[in-house]
Amino acid sequence: MKQIMTGNEAIARGAWEAGCHVAAAYPGTPSSEILENMVQYKEIYSEWSTNEKVALEVASGASIAGARGLAAMKHVGLNVAADPLFTMSYIGANGGLVIITADDPGLFSSQNEQDNRWYAMHAKIPMFEPTDSRECKDLIGASFELSEKFDVPVLFRVTTRICHSKTVVELGERTETAVRPYKRDTAKNVMAPASAKARRYTMEDREAALAAYSEDCPYNKIEWAPQRKIGVIATGISYQHAREAFSDMSDRVSFLKLGFTYPLPSKLIKTFAEGVEKLYIVEENEPYVETFVKTLGLACVGREALPAVDELTAGIVRDALVGREDVKRYSVSATPPPRPPVLCPGCTHRGVFYALTKYKDVAVTGDIGCYTLGMMPPLGVMDSVICMGASISAGVGFQKALEFKAKSEQDPDPKKRIRKVFGMIGDSTFFHSGITGLIDAVVNKSEMAICILDNRITAMTGHQQNPGTGFTLSGEPTRMIDLMTLCVACGVKKENIRMLDPYDLEATEEAVKDAYNADELFVIITTQPCALIKDVLRRRADVHCQVDHDLCVKCRMCMRVGCPAISFKADKIEIEASMCNGCTLCAQVCPKKAISRVGEFND
Amino acid sequence: MTDQAKKTKNILLVGVGGQGTILASKVLSEGLMRAGYDVKMSEIHGMSQRGGSVTTHVRFGEKVFSPVIDEGQADILVSFEKVEAVRWLRYLKPGGKLVVNDYEIHPLSVLTGAAAYPEDIIGQLEKEVPNLLVVDAARIASELGNVKAQNIVLLGALVKGMGLDDIDWTSVLKELIPPRLFELNVKAFAAGGSGR
Repeated sequence: MKQIMTGNEAIARGAWEAGCHVAAAYPGTPSSEILENMVQYKEIYSEWSTNEKVALEVASGASIAGARGLAAMKHVGLNVAADPLFTMSYIGANGGLVIITADDPGLFSSQNEQDNRWYAMHAKIPMFEPTDSRECKDLIGASFELSEKFDVPVLFRVTTRICHSKTVVELGERTETAVRPYKRDTAKNVMAPASAKARRYTMEDREAALAAYSEDCPYNKIEWAPQRKIGVIATGISYQHAREAFSDMSDRVSFLKLGFTYPLPSKLIKTFAEGVEKLYIVEENEPYVETFVKTLGLACVGREALPAVDELTAGIVRDALVGREDVKRYSVSATPPPRPPVLCPGCTHRGVFYALTKYKDVAVTGDIGCYTLGMMPPLGVMDSVICMGASISAGVGFQKALEFKAKSEQDPDPKKRIRKVFGMIGDSTFFHSGITGLIDAVVNKSEMAICILDNRITAMTGHQQNPGTGFTLSGEPTRMIDLMTLCVACGVKKENIRMLDPYDLEATEEAVKDAYNADELFVIITTQPCALIKDVLRRRADVHCQVDHDLCVKCRMCMRVGCPAISFKADKIEIEASMCNGCTLCAQVCPKKAISRVGEFND
Repeated sequence: MTDQAKKTKNILLVGVGGQGTILASKVLSEGLMRAGYDVKMSEIHGMSQRGGSVTTHVRFGEKVFSPVIDEGQADILVSFEKVEAVRWLRYLKPGGKLVVNDYEIHPLSVLTGAAAYPEDIIGQLEKEVPNLLVVDAARIASELGNVKAQNIVLLGALVKGMGLDDIDWTSVLKELIPPRLFELNVKAFAAGGSGR
């Protein structure tokens, strides 16, 4: 049966067909839908793990014990999981072990644009790069087989355009795979110095065997054109762009399509290069293939013609390598105003950020999630965003730097001195890697303030369960990790913790003030669930705020909360009822009490 | 498949997060696949779902390579919101068809007064693009009983504009739309295709 599927759906399907037993992931765009789709296949145990390192370790344990294991993550997630990755390369795989890395060329939803193909080379593990959903499905099966055959974890590298594009897939059936026998083998599975050193030699032999495999595996193949003028080596989505770009010259352009990209096939590449007059390398971001081709002493054109930054398109490849055509583009004089993402109407993060706008001498270390949008005007309070969990640990360092500054006698402008650091972190991000930062802050006596913006869901990536929600990936009820208890257990003094409803502005401002004035670590935990959770939408569907125009003096204070439901049109403040969820933050800032909530909650 | 049908066609849907572009393109690509075409569809999720600008690329023909449409290549550009038509206009192929929903969603920069929402967008588009269809999808959908069916009204206009009426869209809608909204959406689809 044919079905049109995203790359992520096809990866899940491929894992099911290949008899995968255990799948684990932490959500992250563009990889989140892999496990969301995996959970429909009941033969597979699927879990949301606390973070990517945990996910890879869960899959690794399953593999050592003989089951087929899979871990999926976005590109920066592999940094978190790099520790088990490198050592699992030594241990290898009993049951097949496949690691999905979903890279994000163009940074559609990421803090960086790293190219994770280098990880394969660095960790000495083989790598596949599918070019569409059909290959996503089929190459997952190939990855499990290769992993078991060569006793090695396999890196499966996809990109946003592979994950989130739908292409036609031919569905197959599941082939049940028996869990392989397990026997204690300390020399192979216990990586202490002596055993690891012995494994290093084994890895070298394995690399040589994999390099030989790469030469004549069915995933690397030459597609000769009748005339051998131009040759293009391409991988992943870039292959599709290149085929498109050269489609009018198909009689003259040959392709070397690489689906198995570590180790790269040097003989095959030489054969191809020698068979064409001009050689192009088409790949996104890093010159990964190009660097290898050049080490073979072969002349080629790659990064010098194609951009290193952003994703490629067929048009970019065509303009660079075929020639630019002057095609008319329609245009009008109107300039479209920018439409960046914003905190939603009713967003539970808005209140704390608004309260922080009142302090000119605080720094806000941010984190990864919807609340990164607290950097946007008119709220605009954010000083740094690095990676998952850094709001707390970078906050510790930031606060220490302030203490140096406070002691300095040469501070040029003491009036502008920042006094306090607020670290802003969401619930899922806190469980992912904020807890270690919190313990660091407690033990090392940081005076920073931490806001755990608990909205009872992993919101930005599309509402996945997390340790605080009380449900597993499959929707089963489970133990709910209590943030307050956890913070106390980590050593935060009870009197320095405030739990509050962030829709209650007075309580929020009071807590922020207490945190600001505290000379010890202070924690604020918010408790409202995300406005987009289905039950919340239903409960609040019939409430909204409205403006009494007789009372409104058009001071526009309400607009300072940055809510997209509030506008100033035709000299009047209006609140769009269909967007508003009646959070009343605007009503609470209105000095004339001109805004009120109407309607009833659907309790 | 005729030579004309073999050639890859490009459909670009643009709008604002929450307008239902994803469902419309899902129906579209499913119908095209059933009609025997090779289909590729690409959309960007992530941060864009928080009220940002969203785009969906749909390409179909005998054999499709890239899932992404380049500037000056779209056979039809369907804009679910007026200013988004201006933002993505350069993607329309010369002679291509532009379908614009006569509907405004103001970005935060306009709401706060930091930027202005351009005036007379439709007038400017009428002067520039010969093959323009303006659809009042919000009014049509509201009259049918649910303003959220705008996306399917626009899908109807798109299908008509691309001459894809011979595909059995009703059966695709039946599978992809919840039963209680099915009839409303069939009407919305027909209304969009009636060229009003």
